[in-house]
Amino acid sequence: MIDRYRVYAPNLTNQKENFAEGHRACQGCAEALAVRHVLKALGDDIVIANATGCMEIVSSPLPLTSWNVPWIHVAFENAAAVASGMNAGLKALMRKGRIPKKRIISVGMAGDGGTSDIGLQALSGALERQHKDFMYVCFDNEAYMNTGIQRSSSTPFGAATTTSPSGSKSIGQATWKKNMSRIAAAHNIPYVATACSSYPFDLQEKVKKAVALGGPSYIHVLSVCPTGWRIPSHLAIKYGRLAVATGVFPLYEVVHGKYRMTAHIDEKSEKRRPVVDYMKGQGRYRHLSEEHIEEIQKRVDKEYEELVKLTEL
Amino acid sequence: MTNRIGMEVSLMVSEAVKLANVDVIAAYPITPQTHIVEHLSELVADGELDAEYICVESEHSAMSACAGSSAAGARTYTATASQGLQLMSEILYAVAPMRLPVVMTVANRTVSAPLTIWNDHSDIMANRDCGWIMIFVENGQEDFDQTICAFRIAEDRRVLLPVIVNMDGFILSHVIEPFEPVDQKTVDSFLPPFDPIYTMHPDRPVTMGAFTMPEIFTETKMAHDVALRESEAVIKEVWEEWGKLTGRHYTAVEEYMTDDAATVFVTIGSFSELGMEVVDAMRQKGVKVGLVKIRLFRPFPTEDILSALTKFKNVLVIERFLALGGVCGPLAEQIKAAMYKLKDTPNIVDFVCGLSGRDVPPEEFFGMYETAINAIKDGTVKEFYLWGVRE
Ligand SMILES: Cc1ncc(C[n+]2csc(CCOP(=O)(O)OP(=O)(O)O)c2C)c(N)n1
Ligand code: SF4
Repeated sequence: MIDRYRVYAPNLTNQKENFAEGHRACQGCAEALAVRHVLKALGDDIVIANATGCMEIVSSPLPLTSWNVPWIHVAFENAAAVASGMNAGLKALMRKGRIPKKRIISVGMAGDGGTSDIGLQALSGALERQHKDFMYVCFDNEAYMNTGIQRSSSTPFGAATTTSPSGSKSIGQATWKKNMSRIAAAHNIPYVATACSSYPFDLQEKVKKAVALGGPSYIHVLSVCPTGWRIPSHLAIKYGRLAVATGVFPLYEVVHGKYRMTAHIDEKSEKRRPVVDYMKGQGRYRHLSEEHIEEIQKRVDKEYEELVKLTEL
Repeated sequence: MTNRIGMEVSLMVSEAVKLANVDVIAAYPITPQTHIVEHLSELVADGELDAEYICVESEHSAMSACAGSSAAGARTYTATASQGLQLMSEILYAVAPMRLPVVMTVANRTVSAPLTIWNDHSDIMANRDCGWIMIFVENGQEDFDQTICAFRIAEDRRVLLPVIVNMDGFILSHVIEPFEPVDQKTVDSFLPPFDPIYTMHPDRPVTMGAFTMPEIFTETKMAHDVALRESEAVIKEVWEEWGKLTGRHYTAVEEYMTDDAATVFVTIGSFSELGMEVVDAMRQKGVKVGLVKIRLFRPFPTEDILSALTKFKNVLVIERFLALGGVCGPLAEQIKAAMYKLKDTPNIVDFVCGLSGRDVPPEEFFGMYETAINAIKDGTVKEFYLWGVRE
């Protein structure tokens, strides 16, 4: 699949870096890259509540900071709640004329653990409350990376992590990846999308669309983690693309409940690649047998077809 | 200003919050604080209070939203109790060192198990060292006054710390008491709008809640501790001003009939009013007792406590929290620790009673007094007495 805007890239991107270089992420970290793209698309008029996790740790070692925009970290499971508090605070102050009126987007951000596990309640509450100018971004590196690669409910079936190790009686993660975007969409919010930092313009477009639709919005960004996925650090972008090209991580958006594929791969135009292309070379899948991969292929196909059906509704 | 009216104490608190013109309330219901937030939501719904009311999905999110809104520069309030306070606990520890001046009412209630909704101080004592200013009130008028003072203290630029106003659940929260309201003009003159130093706003970006290394963590904690200790002077200043304005004077430690007393009860919260009645009754019988009441619990007013308590022979601490497996209750523990360096210390006898709202009628105070005096005479004072256990 070709990224449509490759040629015009420099013209289309906000040149300002609000997530500054010099942070302490691992080499090749696509989660840091995803944060950078999201911030480029968001622009300056935002406030961010960041959950505990890799991105918080690598970007804010006192007295340094990587953030050129207002940024707050309070705890692991409450980014959505903190962002809703900022949202309400700014709204009240503007209404009372104590600060000038201006559109400011409150952004909650967290990893997959801070979103789909411990932070799910706070996120669900915030989405249910239908805050305007509220957006939440999950940077999904498919495990708790900050604490040392433990499984989360977003870890894919078969992946080995330090708390779902492979062994004679274990294939690694034994449950299927929680479908966080569908859960978010079930809250009937204006905008939900999946994205990946390997498709930077698609990602930025989605962020801009989320902002334009007013919120609340939810964006789930697959963020390749070379450290946790046990891949060489120069291959993060490639593995993000493979996740999409194999249908393991389909890119789509849900606008006011209507599903649309944003990188549709079907048998007619472009062939979906076999999942093995994505899985081989990743240390976390090293232990899987052909039968396991076959099983995963079947499940990926099934989910992909289901998603396609949703887009046709 | 002198018209006295009757009102439920919880509603008095909501009225105080309204007069303080808060910008954001984020709260989750839990007995016995519910009447406060219900009334506040009515005030917002009726347009009597111009504030954002966030109906969060848990206390954890209530305190998290309060953190966000306070960081945005908005005057922020919440209320909770018991399990709710425990669920907030993690965020209490984040809000204080971030110097976010949130004000919260805790309608003190037992923490289960066994599940019970009535009053003791197990909720707040489990969080006593979370770095918030903590005030205990004894009646509705004081609750109303202290709620307004709390915003002024919290938001003072020399303080910038969150404040908890503790009131005993049911015993205080649900009773109708007489009180003298204060008009909006008076409150406005006393409590200017919150003028924060740093806020979450794109016009002037700041980073809050950064991650620290061991090289600097201790210094951040020291800064917090210094700020909390130094807030004592500001708290007293604010109370003095409030006293001048309303005629109602508050001190960190208060004495009642202590001039010629040999023995005093030390109380906190609503035990204080009861204790004063007991003192009156005992004095009618010729027993020279007095009462020392602690209003400010954090920062602990050590100097005031020493100068109050060292005058007496016997100090009987009456408190509502059982420190499981510990030496004695937290109030007695703090008093004993404060006195450790002195040569001549009074006899300190600690009584833990009234757990889960069990009634402590005046006769019980007589019993405790007798037990204490006899034990002192015999030299058999125990570290603490769990009072009123049925055999
Ligand atoms: C209440 C609580 N439990 C556990 C932790 C420890 N902890 C900090 S970050 C983290 C995992 C973060 O994982 P994720 O949200 O997926 O983000 P990532 O680091 O992978 O980007 C955990 C378990 C914590 N900070 N707070
Ligand atoms: S562990 Fe993974 S997500 Fe975390 S900084 Fe390193 S590469 Fe990025």
